[in-house]
Amino acid sequence: MTWPKSSWQAVLAILFCIVAFALGAMSTPEAAALAEPAATVAFPYMGTKGLILGLLLIAALVSTLRLAPLVEAVVLFVGAHVAAWLLVKGIGGFEGTALAPYFLVLAAAWLLAWRCVALLSSLRPASSGAKTALRLIIPAIFGAWILIIWEAVTRGAGIPFILLPPPSAIGARIANSLPILGSDVRQTIFKAVLIGYIVGNLAGFVVAILADRVPFLRRGLLPIGNMVSALPIIGVAPIMVMWFGFDWPSKAAVVIIMTFFPMLVNTVAGLAASGHMQRDLMRTYASGYWPTLLKLRLPAAMPFIFNALKINSTLALIGAIVAEFFGTPVVGMGFRISTEVGRMNIDMVWAEIAVAALAGSVFYGVVALVERAVTFWHPSVRGG
Amino acid sequence: MDPLRSKIIPVTSILAGVVVLWYVFAVILNAPFQRDLDQRANETPGTVEFIGKTLSQPKPTLPAPHQVAVNFFENTFLRSITSNRSLVYNAWVTLSSTLLGFAFGTALGIVIAVGIVHVTTLDRSLMPWIIASQTIPILAVAPMIIVVLAAVGITGLIPKALISTYLSFFPVAVGMVKGLRSPELMHLDLMHTYNASASQTFWKLRVPASVPFLFTSMKVAVAASLVGAIVGELPTGAVAGIGAKLLSGAYYSQTIDIWSALVAGSIVAALLVMVVGIAGRLADRAMGGRPA
Repeated sequence: MTWPKSSWQAVLAILFCIVAFALGAMSTPEAAALAEPAATVAFPYMGTKGLILGLLLIAALVSTLRLAPLVEAVVLFVGAHVAAWLLVKGIGGFEGTALAPYFLVLAAAWLLAWRCVALLSSLRPASSGAKTALRLIIPAIFGAWILIIWEAVTRGAGIPFILLPPPSAIGARIANSLPILGSDVRQTIFKAVLIGYIVGNLAGFVVAILADRVPFLRRGLLPIGNMVSALPIIGVAPIMVMWFGFDWPSKAAVVIIMTFFPMLVNTVAGLAASGHMQRDLMRTYASGYWPTLLKLRLPAAMPFIFNALKINSTLALIGAIVAEFFGTPVVGMGFRISTEVGRMNIDMVWAEIAVAALAGSVFYGVVALVERAVTFWHPSVRGG
Repeated sequence: MDPLRSKIIPVTSILAGVVVLWYVFAVILNAPFQRDLDQRANETPGTVEFIGKTLSQPKPTLPAPHQVAVNFFENTFLRSITSNRSLVYNAWVTLSSTLLGFAFGTALGIVIAVGIVHVTTLDRSLMPWIIASQTIPILAVAPMIIVVLAAVGITGLIPKALISTYLSFFPVAVGMVKGLRSPELMHLDLMHTYNASASQTFWKLRVPASVPFLFTSMKVAVAASLVGAIVGELPTGAVAGIGAKLLSGAYYSQTIDIWSALVAGSIVAALLVMVVGIAGRLADRAMGGRPA
């Protein structure tokens, strides 16, 4: 059998479109207009309803043809996303009036996008450039659909702004309050997080080297370090705020304490990672403690150290923001989040969260990039 | 080497060192305020008396270990456990939301891991977002989740538990993906020669192989879950729980209370990790694992 080559997503999408068409009105104004043809009421999708349904149906039907997977994916991509864009754009001005067909059409578009992603992830491109592109595109489509569904559902169902603002409103809020967000980022990230992160990691690293030189210290510190990393260290935040005042040093202190132990434990583990053979080789070269450390054991410990740096990058952000709940000058991300929640400016809170997520991802990404450059010899980077 | 020399002596001596340092710092940090007090009262105490005074202030900058110990003992054993000043009561409040969140998080993590291992699309599209999700400082988002859920009418245990869930699902999901993929090609081939179906391979090979990974990641998850529960108590002005104790201690400068709440939190964390560890060992033995 060569035709049709159906996927369950496409079949379901076609079914949804047909049901949506049969149910009729996409929104309550349209239902009113249908009930009273004489009156001229404005309603959403006056001209685009046919277009949306047509697009989805055509995309779904085309995908059942025997096409190259790439062509099929492109057709599905265009069909699903143009339809979704028309759908979200059309509801503007009629928020909260959507009826069942609206959600059915949304679901159909989402199913086609899923089919598209499934096709893309089954592709096995030969060139490494295409592989990288695919690795970026697939999660990007997934993320975009989270936003599309969020936007479409909050606006279509008219979810109160205070509960969950649509992403577009959050985006607008970010664009409108860049100066405030900028000063918060400067206070929280560039002062508290970065300074605390650098000092905490350095301290952990130095103590680890010290523990490596003195076996007694290592045997004593390692179990303690392992235990402490399971403790809710974040609880020292109020104490630090009392000691170092409301400004950024208290937040940096919390970050130092939170980042110290993961770094210590991981570095000590990493220094033990070089093999016996390799250490014996260094001994045959008559290299002492420090040359062996610098040329063999530290490079071998780098994957562990970067593991700690990655863990710490998220811990540092959390520590700084949570410490701000216990007292802060009138600037900073934690301060903004807690006050704007109180004032019910939820879109500002979400804007702050988006910025924090972005900062966290960038922070993590930078550490990961440096890791790739430093541990280029490791199998996980070389690609085994 | 015997455990006494290799572990117990170093650990105890370092702990003793920490306590000594703690006392030294308690004296140093509390001295300025004590000097201020003495000056106002026109007293000139001797060195020993002065040190004694710095270690017995009611609201010290850094409480001495014995002050914390006394406060902890009083609030744990001498108070009726229904009193809201009792640490047992507060620890229980935090523990209950920790456990609920931990249960949700573990279940969610396992479901996600199973999905990722069996559906390629999910593997390619969801995995990067799961990793990205952890770069969002969820603890910062906690107050909003709680306030928003309170606006919908969901209060009490669930919102706090949701924060714990968010923090604890990640280690479980990542660990379980690793665990479910840990059977080697040989084992999978063997199942194939037995003509095993996908579900048989899953239940008889993948699941047993993943159990050690599950317990390792559950240890991390339960600690994260406790942190989530404590932080979840901060923004609500919660009346009970370890987080609430921390917050009220911070408001009224009851430093000793803060420290004893911290001690309580640490003990709960250590107990939780220990229980999960023991459960892991029991499961391992029940499944026929031999001590290595």
